[in-house]
Amino acid sequence: MPRLSAWFVRTSLAYLAIGFTLGSLMLINEGLPFAPQLTNVLPAHIEILTMGWVMQLALGVAYWILPRFSRGLPRGNVVVAWASLVLINTGILFVACSVFIQAAGLSLLGRFLEVVSILLFISVTWRRVRSSF
Amino acid sequence: MPLLSRLFLKTSFIYLAVGLILGILLAGQAVWNLPGFVSALDPVYIHLLTVGWLTLLIFGVAYWMFPKYSMERPHGNDQISWAAYFLLNIGLILRVLTEPLLAQNFNSFLAGWLVISALFQWLGGILFIANLWKRVKVK
Repeated sequence: MPRLSAWFVRTSLAYLAIGFTLGSLMLINEGLPFAPQLTNVLPAHIEILTMGWVMQLALGVAYWILPRFSRGLPRGNVVVAWASLVLINTGILFVACSVFIQAAGLSLLGRFLEVVSILLFISVTWRRVRSSF
Repeated sequence: MPLLSRLFLKTSFIYLAVGLILGILLAGQAVWNLPGFVSALDPVYIHLLTVGWLTLLIFGVAYWMFPKYSMERPHGNDQISWAAYFLLNIGLILRVLTEPLLAQNFNSFLAGWLVISALFQWLGGILFIANLWKRVKVK
């Protein structure tokens, strides 16, 4: 798989590990209460697993397996695709961290970065969704 | 498709069906006179679909389709992957059985099983990630 896909997939696996850890702590806390404030972590748990795990894995695999261009750059503009990876991860971190430090502005900025990242990713892969080249 | 992938996929389909049936029950509370514990099924419903359906489906496909670890061991350490399959499933089933009842009436027996459920799911997830990580290769 291309280097960028490997980064997307490994990052998604890292988020899965973090999301599973947060989820397990919350579940343990239901049976064996040890930290009442853990229930506040739920939005970060959801963000990490939906955006961090599932969506990033899908992006990484799509970048890898979608039909390639026969001329020029086989997977489109690599710089834009890398920018998408950086922005999505910055966005996810901002949204997840905003849960812990109670910063609504940080969450808003994170969501904005996520949208920009996805628009960049779509711009790179849109023309690869074709029957033939 | 390897046996473990088939198991992951077929198990995920079962969780999908059960999850969607629970969805009917949750929506039906407004219409039918259902037992009280149905109202506590929300987290179970969500996790049947996200862990049971989505994550197990992805694990099954990834185990099958990701680049080979080596010619001798294409899927990496199979014992770890099998252990992950059983830990994830036992953990999730324990959660389904204990969490709604615990929400209705706390008792230490059920609470203990819920903690075990959390630990099993966590360990299953981490083991699978650790084994899959080595197969994410740049070519």
